[in-house]
This record gives sequence, structure tokens and C-alpha cells, in this order.
Amino acid sequence: MKFSGFELLKNAFTGQTGWTPHWRKAEPKSSYDVVIIGGGGHGLATAHYLAKEFGITNVAVIEKGWIGSGNVGRNTTIIRSNYLLPGNIPFYELGMKLWEGLEQELNYNAMVSQRGVLNLYHSDAQRDAFARRGNAMRLHGVDAELLDRDAVRTMAPFLDFNNARFPIQGGLLQRRGGTARHDAVVWGYARAADKRGVDVVENCEVIGLRQDNGKIIGVETTKGFIDAKRVGMSVAGNSSRLASLAGLRLPIESYVLQAFVSESLKPVIDCVVTFGAGHFYISQSDKGSLVFGGDLDPYPSYAQRGSLAVFSDVAENAIAMMPMLGRLRILRSWGGIMDMSMDGSPIIDKTPIEGLFFNGGWCYGGFKATPAAGFCFAHLIAKGAHHPVAAAYRLDRFATGRVIDEKGAGPTPNLH
Amino acid sequence: MLINCPYCGLRDLTEFVVAGEAVARPDAHGDLDGADARAAFADAVYLRENPAGVHREHWFHAAGCQSWLLVERDTRTHEIIRVDAISAGMARETL
Ligand SMILES: Cc1cc2nc3c(=O)[nH]c(=O)nc-3n(C[C@H](O)[C@H](O)[C@H](O)COP(=O)(O)OP(=O)(O)OC[C@H]3O[C@@H](n4cnc5c(N)ncnc54)[C@H](O)[C@@H]3O)c2cc1C
Ligand SMILES: [Zn+2]
Repeated sequence: MKFSGFELLKNAFTGQTGWTPHWRKAEPKSSYDVVIIGGGGHGLATAHYLAKEFGITNVAVIEKGWIGSGNVGRNTTIIRSNYLLPGNIPFYELGMKLWEGLEQELNYNAMVSQRGVLNLYHSDAQRDAFARRGNAMRLHGVDAELLDRDAVRTMAPFLDFNNARFPIQGGLLQRRGGTARHDAVVWGYARAADKRGVDVVENCEVIGLRQDNGKIIGVETTKGFIDAKRVGMSVAGNSSRLASLAGLRLPIESYVLQAFVSESLKPVIDCVVTFGAGHFYISQSDKGSLVFGGDLDPYPSYAQRGSLAVFSDVAENAIAMMPMLGRLRILRSWGGIMDMSMDGSPIIDKTPIEGLFFNGGWCYGGFKATPAAGFCFAHLIAKGAHHPVAAAYRLDRFATGRVIDEKGAGPTPNLH
Repeated sequence: MLINCPYCGLRDLTEFVVAGEAVARPDAHGDLDGADARAAFADAVYLRENPAGVHREHWFHAAGCQSWLLVERDTRTHEIIRVDAISAGMARETL
């Protein structure tokens, strides 16, 4: 079934009985050309582009839980391409362009909303750093505007402009940035991949990576062995655990990132705002809830739940930036496991094992990358060669000194 | 969360800096520019076990006694199993 205005109207008059499941509940076949491990946004996008762009349709996506149970259903939905380094900007801009055409491409309402992403600055030094970032973006054809204090005040009058300790001097604005409905993105990709023949297998965990002479030959799963010519790993926070099944160690540590959502309010924030004097970001969902978050918990974790210490830090940041939030009632908080890489940038590459490919190290920025990561990972798996915009995301860049360190924080994964 | 610093007693999480997996520095003898030494240092600086389970970590009591600590912790539950002070005489395998 194709979504259209006509279908909506028809179903309005027929008791909404015409809607069909969005994808089949597939059971794994005994063999595939490509098996993708991990049915998050990245894994499903990879399968979609393998089928659509590269004509490879004998593909399975193997997911241990249900579609959307990982980080793709836990993130704060921000999309943007406001990066600084040449290894990153063209990649994230390809992502932004794919977002702009995503709903037509998938025939699915992903609620992509280019409401703007505003990063506040609070000192002369920070303004200079933001000016540099904005210039780097514009040199790559990405939109960026440096706003002064008055321009920020016009856009977001509710911020605390009189804060003595963290005075707001202005902001860097990317108008094309914004948010997308995270669940709809993953459902849309699952549906589109399924339509082209990809098997989306849920409740099936990969528990072994079988090799023969340094070459991958298939995956052991809780539903039996599956033969595969090529295997792509795309399991976000579980990258190290999965890679260890093939005897690999990765430049990654896993940490938990929390997010918070409030009761629904009338429209108050119409863009994404980030605090420059601490680590805090906030937006308002279409339901009216304020969605916000801040720092990682400081220690490696697989627990998917965070500590109170980080919540109180997030709350302090919130009130320093936007005092009216003091009256806000929080509905829920949750955590997701981030695969923090050693330079804060991702990896899309072959592994030392022939036929085994790796996509991971997305830290807390992988949602915005979903379309581009899927596209570039599919390119790598199909052609055996890097897509030009993802050519810097190599696994060996740490040993060779070609790190992509946006923050200049060095090999300290919890600080990126 | 409270951490039992061997010097200061029970202290709040916010006083500590976590430096991640406890990786020992490779032996710094011989040809440091050779391929073996380079590979050993790249491994130590960048590659991690990152297990789901018991994990040995370096913590620094930044807003306290400023000592480096060896913390054994379960990454699935955040339970702290033990905290030891790191001293100059410790055998490198135990770091
Ligand atoms: C609180 C929070 C806020 C965030 N905010 C943002 C944001 O605003 N903007 C942004 O760009 N990014 C954000 N992120 C990061 C983003 O969500 C992730 O980087 C991205 O979703 C990771 O890719 P994915 O969708 O493929 O991961 P996931 O959805 O986690 O997919 C990986 C899948 O692999 C499965 N899996 C794991 N092991 C196995 C196995 N052995 N066998 C089979 N399946 C397995 C998991 O069950 C999971 O479903 C945030 C993350 C969190 C937690
Ligand atoms: Zn102490």
C-alpha cells in the first residue's frame, strides 16, 4: 500500500480498516548475499540503499530485539550538519540532503522539520570558534549564520540574557537543521527495505561470526546458522561485544547517555537550542513535550540507565539557560548506550576479516547520520570501496595518526 | 553514587574523573620508533576490550585527594566491586 492523500480520505470513510502491516515478520532463510546485524536506523537504511541504489536484494537485517528498540528509538531527534572538519562536513551535508528528500523517497511521513539549530555562545573566544565553524561550513556550501545577541533575543526571547555568569553574546544558527520523528524514520526504512525484498528479522540475536581462513562465511544466531557472503555490523553501543566474537578489539568504549521529556506544553520553543556554557540542548516535540539532554554519565556502561548526578547537572544547565524551566514537570527519563570512539568521529570501514564490514562509533550524533551512514555503508559493502564523503572514517586512522577530533579532546571517549 | 576512596572514605561521584579502561603503558625499552613499539603504543592508546561485565578502570579523585585509583566495576549494573589506591611500586600487570 502506498500512502497518499487519497488513501487517507478513503480510510476516513471506511473506519480505518484499510491499513496493512508496514513490513513482513520475516523468518531467516538459510543463506543471503548480505546479512546486516542490527535493525536500528543505520542497519535498516543500509539494507534499503543496498536494494535501491546497488541492486542487492537478497539481504537480511538481523535484530535481537524489535525494530526501534535501540538508540534509534531513544535519541533526542536532532538533525544538523554544523561540523568543522573536512572529514566530517561533506558526510553530514550529504545526510542533510538525504533528509530533505527522505519522505518522498520512502513514501513515509518522518516528520522532518527544519526548524533550525541554534548554538549559543557566551564569550569572545567562543564567538571566534563559532565564526570559524560557520565559515568552514559555508566554504563547503552548508548554511550557517552568526547571530549577535539582539538577533538571538528576537528568535528566543525566553533565554536568560541577564545571567551574570553565563551572558549570552549570540549564536551560530543552522536554519536547515532541526528534528525528525525518530520512530517514523526507522519504520519508514524497514517498510521501504521490506518492499524491495529485504528480510527484516526481529527477535533474533547474532551470537557468533563464523570464519573460514580469515573470511566471513556466516553468522550464528538464536534462530540457527545463516550463511552469508558479506556481513555488515551496525549495532551501535554493542559494537565491541559483537566485534569480540570475531576476535577484534575496537577503538571504542560504551557509555550511557540520558534523555528527558516533560509534560506537554503549548508551543514555546520553535527551534533546537543548545547551551554553550555547559552541555545542554532542548527542543519541543510536536506533541508539546520538551525534549532535552546533556552530558554522558562519566563511566563505561551497558546498563541503559543513568545516574541522578547527571540529571542534576542537566537541570542546573537548563535553569541557567532558560529559567522558566524551573516550573517544568518531567514525565520520563531513559538511557541509551553510546559507542564512543577515541576521536569522537565514526567508523565505516572493512575489517581485517574478509567480507566483514563495520559501521559504528557514532557517539551521540548518529541519528542525524542515519541516511548518509546507510548510504555510505551500503556503498562500501556493495562496491568494496569507500564512498568519497566517508573516505576518512577508517578503522586504521588511529594507528596512522589521521584522527578526526572535532573537539580536540584526544583519546578520551567520555569527553567527546 | 558514592565511591569509597581509600584515602578519603565515601565521596560523591561528582568529585571524580573517570579515565576509562585501565590500560598499562607498554614497556618503553629499546627501539621506540620501530614498527612493534608503534603498534604496541597505538593499541594501548586506542584499542579497548570494552566488556559488558566486570571492568577495571582508572579513576582520579580530582576534587579530593588527587590520587589515582584502580576501580573494579560491573558495567551492566554500575556496582563497584573494589577500589584500590595505585602506588608507584605496583606490578605493571596489576595496573
Ligand atoms: C539519549 C540519546 C540521545 C541522542 N540524541 C541524538 C540526537 O539528538 N541527534 C543525533 O544525531 N543522535 C543522537 N543520539 C545518537 C543516536 O541515537 C545513535 O548514534 C544512533 O541511533 C545509532 O545508530 P542505530 O540507529 O543503528 O542504533 P540502534 O537503534 O541502537 O541499533 C542497533 C541495533 O543493534 C541491535 N543489536 C545489538 N547487538 C546485536 C546482536 N548481537 N544481534 C542482533 N542485533 C543486535 C540492537 O538491539 C539495536 O536495535 C542519541 C542517543 C541517545 C541514547
Ligand atoms: Zn580521595
